[in-house]
Amino acid sequence: MAAAKRPPLPVILLVNDLLDGEVLFAAKSGKGDDRGWTRDVREASVAHDDAAAQALETFGAQQVALQKVVDPYLVDVTLAEDGAPVPRHYREVLRTLGPSNRRDLGKQADLQS
Amino acid sequence: MLLLDRSGAKSDLFARIELLAEAHGDHVLAPFALLADVLAQREGNQQIGVFIDNTQKVTALEPFFEQLALIVVAFPSGTDGRGFSIARQLRERGYRGALRASGPLFSDEFPQALACGFDEVEVTDASAARQPAAQWVAALSRISLAYQRDFNNGATLNILDERRAARNILDQRRAARLAGESKNV
Amino acid sequence: MYRYDEFDERLVRERVAQFASQIERRLDGSLSDDEFKPLRLKNGLYLQLHAYMLRIAVPYGTLNARQLRQLALIADRYDRGYGHFTTRQNLQFNWPKLKDVPAILELLADVEMHCIQTSGNCIRNTTADQFSGVAYDEIEDPRPVAELIRQWSTLHPEFDWLGRKFKIAVSGATHDRAVLRGHDVGVRLVRDEAGRLGYQILVGGGLGRTPMEGKLLREFLPREDLLAYLEAVLRTYNLEGRRDNKYKARIKILVHETGIEKFSAMVEDEFARIDGTKINADPEEQARIAAYFAPPAYEDLPDVSRALEDAQAQDEVLARFVEHNLFRHKRKGYAALTISLKPIGEAPGDASSEQMRLVADLAEKYSFGEIRVTHMQNLVLPHVKLDDVPAIYAALATQNLATPNVGLITDILCCPGLDYCALATARSIPLAQDLSKHFADTAKQKDIGELNIKMSGCINACGHHHVGHIGILGLEKKGQESYQITIGGDATEKFALGELLGPGLPAEHVPEALDKVVGVYLAQRQPGETFIEAYRRLGLAPFKAAFREVSDVVA
Repeated sequence: MAAAKRPPLPVILLVNDLLDGEVLFAAKSGKGDDRGWTRDVREASVAHDDAAAQALETFGAQQVALQKVVDPYLVDVTLAEDGAPVPRHYREVLRTLGPSNRRDLGKQADLQS
Repeated sequence: MLLLDRSGAKSDLFARIELLAEAHGDHVLAPFALLADVLAQREGNQQIGVFIDNTQKVTALEPFFEQLALIVVAFPSGTDGRGFSIARQLRERGYRGALRASGPLFSDEFPQALACGFDEVEVTDASAARQPAAQWVAALSRISLAYQRDFNNGATLNILDERRAARNILDQRRAARLAGESKNV
Repeated sequence: MYRYDEFDERLVRERVAQFASQIERRLDGSLSDDEFKPLRLKNGLYLQLHAYMLRIAVPYGTLNARQLRQLALIADRYDRGYGHFTTRQNLQFNWPKLKDVPAILELLADVEMHCIQTSGNCIRNTTADQFSGVAYDEIEDPRPVAELIRQWSTLHPEFDWLGRKFKIAVSGATHDRAVLRGHDVGVRLVRDEAGRLGYQILVGGGLGRTPMEGKLLREFLPREDLLAYLEAVLRTYNLEGRRDNKYKARIKILVHETGIEKFSAMVEDEFARIDGTKINADPEEQARIAAYFAPPAYEDLPDVSRALEDAQAQDEVLARFVEHNLFRHKRKGYAALTISLKPIGEAPGDASSEQMRLVADLAEKYSFGEIRVTHMQNLVLPHVKLDDVPAIYAALATQNLATPNVGLITDILCCPGLDYCALATARSIPLAQDLSKHFADTAKQKDIGELNIKMSGCINACGHHHVGHIGILGLEKKGQESYQITIGGDATEKFALGELLGPGLPAEHVPEALDKVVGVYLAQRQPGETFIEAYRRLGLAPFKAAFREVSDVVA
């Protein structure tokens, strides 16, 4: 179903946490909490091929079925010098940061750099 | 399918038919297109029902009100509320038989369906697996009041009527007090 | 203002428990997310770009001090210490957690507030003129009607699953400050030739993707028939409105595609079949509600306040404040005082919990405890003595709430945009902040005079850009944010939709584009002519030409 409209690679997977509403990213193995999610985009698992992208989507769907998260979708990214994924679209960049007029709120404030 | 009324799960007596030739049981549920013919060939004490989609105009059903034991209104989705207005119109225009909502409604909609005039709701087994009959019945007692006059689901007080009754009691007491006072003078 | 009786209170408490049950059943899988989503929307809970967002109903924009203090408490305890006042007179919190929402709803119920039907495909908050009950041009206070509609529309079992949202506004004045013509239904108090009060009913107005002006549905509806008539309108919409396309599902599309004559006939036919005696509220109930809106214990005061005149003479900024932020009251010696939530360079319509508490204190001390929310995202103290204005002004200034810009170019109406909203295509707040700073000079603002800029971060038009004197719409063009500018919109009884000036611009060029537009006005206006009046006289051409000077260079 999603294969037809997948964004260009590489991609990461975004969701909202059901209970608190925060934006989460499917995490690199060994990072994030025991649910395999991280609040920090720098810890996000980056898929470089279709199989990996499919695995991300499958993980998202499983977690939706477990009532943990909602609205999973893939986001295309570029990689910064330190390897951190940066979304290509400005909307998704905002989701990794928080409101641009309130730098004291959201991930940009809550997460240590 | 799970069929419910306000008391819980019930068995469905009606058999849905697609062809006129099938219209022979005690309880026949026919599509609107076949209704006139099914009624014309009605046998003895056959109970006839009709199923309609939620774009059906109620005026077209009015001639059949007296002859129908059941009207089933299809809900293509739980969020498509046209059926509630259809039920309301059916009741306002004099239909007194049984009224059933059929489709992927969810239990929180049960009190609304009853308030609009439905007697029953019918949902798929898949839906019932997630929302068994007990959840549907529990939904009826969560909201015990309604502002809207004439929309009674059998479990709600009407707020405006309650207010009027309270006013009347106060008026009666005041009148009685005044009458008592004037007697004492 | 209205106070809950035991029934209003019980209904709201039961609703909170019902929502708590829905959350439980979502978490245990009984309710699918597709089923839960509309249920949570009908309890005001959105899922947005960064977090959940909770929208609290402020019925017809009326609040008391106790309620505003509770909102401040909730902001501190469960959110990030601020809230956002909206174009439908409601309040939004941007950072609640789902698990905290039942507790928040209980705190709201403690002060007779709720989030019922502030979102979802149902009848939303009925809004009203922010100066209801006090305006000099008022025929009658429309808030009793708004409260009647609020009750009738709350948890209406037939109209909870409409094709789309449904918004009603009421006004009781000769000037329309409630955007009646931009609503699904507008209810206007009028008198017939015999002097009887009744309602003029407008239908099918709306902004959004396909903006349309509301049309006259009923010239005069007797008061007693209101609820039955609304039922006829809603039933017709519920049955006949389109369901095939979310963007064609509002009543305005139905009215447009059916034609107002045929639509009106359908409504009248349904209305004739409804037994009004079973539906309408009796006169005693209407009187019971109206009694809550009786005027407060005004004092007998002279028209002019010597104290205020003297204070103004000493303080030029206070004089500006008096000139722009006070509205003529029906009672001598009083004014309705608008508190601007558009301080220069700040996010329009936001208020910190500290600011909320100050406003609550001032309301208690100076305004019979009452506050209003305006659809322009400002607050109002509706009954202040002119004598008290200097003290109020001084207190407001301590919290950056004394900006003397109501109705001026920096009184910008602005949706949250892509900084918060999952539907948005561009950010709106940063540009609003830049424009605010760009036009900050008080002398220049006064010279420009009455001019409203309205900004939306997407075509859903929550920022009412179609009806701004200057409208700004944030879109995406070639992967960048791009802002289209319209001009000539009007939200009042002189309703008009703005016209496009030209291609969209990047944010950094919008201030100079507006300079051009304002420049045409300043150069060509006649004495006493406002911006919108000059536009109506001059037409689009000169403004378009001036705009091109900027857009041609940018292209």
